[in-house]
Amino acid sequence: MDVVRFENVGLRYGLGPEVLRDISFSIAPQSFQFLTGPSGAGKTTLLRLMLLSLKPTRGLITLFGQDANTLDKDMVTALRRRVGVVFQDFRLLEHLTTYENVALPLRVQGREEATYRAEVVELLRWVGLGERMHVLPPVLSGGEKQRAAIARALIVRPELLLADEPTGNVDPSLARRLLRLFIELQKSGTAVVIATHDLALMDMFDGAHRLVLGDGRMHIYD
Amino acid sequence: MTEAKDDAPQRELKRSMPLVPASSIAGRALVTVIAIMTFLAALTAGGAILVTHASSEWRGSVAREMTVQVRQIAGRDVDVAAQKAGEVARAQPWVGEVKVYSKTESERLLEPWLGSGLDLGELPVPRLIVVKLRDGLKPDLVSFRAALSKDVPGSSLDDHALWLDRLVVMANSIVFVALVVFALVVMAMVTAVAFATRGAMAGNREIIDVLHMVGAADSFIASQFQRHFIGLGLKGGLIGAVSAVLAFLLARLFASIWIATPGGDQIESMFGTFSLGFTGYGAILLIGLALALVTGIMSRLIVFRHLHGLS
Repeated sequence: MDVVRFENVGLRYGLGPEVLRDISFSIAPQSFQFLTGPSGAGKTTLLRLMLLSLKPTRGLITLFGQDANTLDKDMVTALRRRVGVVFQDFRLLEHLTTYENVALPLRVQGREEATYRAEVVELLRWVGLGERMHVLPPVLSGGEKQRAAIARALIVRPELLLADEPTGNVDPSLARRLLRLFIELQKSGTAVVIATHDLALMDMFDGAHRLVLGDGRMHIYD
Repeated sequence: MTEAKDDAPQRELKRSMPLVPASSIAGRALVTVIAIMTFLAALTAGGAILVTHASSEWRGSVAREMTVQVRQIAGRDVDVAAQKAGEVARAQPWVGEVKVYSKTESERLLEPWLGSGLDLGELPVPRLIVVKLRDGLKPDLVSFRAALSKDVPGSSLDDHALWLDRLVVMANSIVFVALVVFALVVMAMVTAVAFATRGAMAGNREIIDVLHMVGAADSFIASQFQRHFIGLGLKGGLIGAVSAVLAFLLARLFASIWIATPGGDQIESMFGTFSLGFTGYGAILLIGLALALVTGIMSRLIVFRHLHGLS
């Protein structure tokens, strides 16, 4: 069963022209995709469609085998908990510490803090934020915020990881480390989609499919 | 040693920090708006309660009294006739207290109009008998009037019906106006609080988006914000309600100090003793609580509307 499947999906905002047209693709479990294209091509919009936080104006989207059109709010929430998201602008809550931000997806599921504390601390150490877990986001550097955002996406052990320009704010060395982290994640069973226009990053990993957006359409290169 | 070192930071991790930031400029502004609106609404409600109490007291005291007037008739001692009228009144089973005004007392009643020190001996000043009704008994005015005209010719009975009717109309008008003003204040209050809540919520959109994206259920997000905003509402409502209660207690204190003066008497007869009673103070606290609830519900509706737009 595909993790994500799009069939002839189109999207327009209001009465404007279609920003995405006849998008058809599927994402297999434990696969690795780069989603690329020029700025404004609709990469973030496509990620939001995959996360079911946007509704297409036409076409069919299935997530984990479920038709998005038939899902009620509770079912969408349940499916979203199987997806990890890294936002382009990190979206860390500034009044919560790094630890609290990373633990957020577990906290909103109603889990007791004691049940996930060790898990979160371990992940923070793994992404190199073991010494920064008590500080608030404004104190973190761009790279540290990026890693905190990635850790928050990984803490739920997602079956699908959607990352929007996850290496956009880091130096090439850290970008390579983050890519290795994503590859490890894929090997452990997660389907990974990374939206980026960093050609150098894409060249570092040959085993990825390339989904290229341009003029509202998608071209797939395996 | 190593264990202790590893344990130390973990102990500090649990801060129970709420997902919605506890304090913000917009939050403080909302508390201020709620406090002021609660204070104004409480003053209006308290004023309406005072006027309602006072008007029912006027009505009660006027309705429980009536006056017999004995006019002078040639060849009759008016004081003897007045005493007779008093006896007729006392004979009625529903009469509680009878006060027959003497010549001197009757003349003193005219002093405010005619001035003091005048010889009123030549004037045919009528005598008055004030009859107070016994509590819980209905007066039989027909038989009382018949007894008076039989035993004391030239006497007349005034049961204050006309005066009472006018007083009831006036009192009802005042209470109605007070209620209309209170309703307007409540409407203005709800609108102001709704706008202030919307403003305070605008700064938290980012939090709603993030919680939504990391898999929080809509009801979970709404309850987090509702709890936060009910907290702000309670804080503002409590400040406003306590200030209003203090204002009424101060007014009562000043009224009791001022009560000995002629002006104080007039104020007391119009507005009572500025005492709201437990019901009044309870109503003020209820206004504060209701406003907190309105704030919480508003925030919940705004969150749901925003989440509806996200999905």
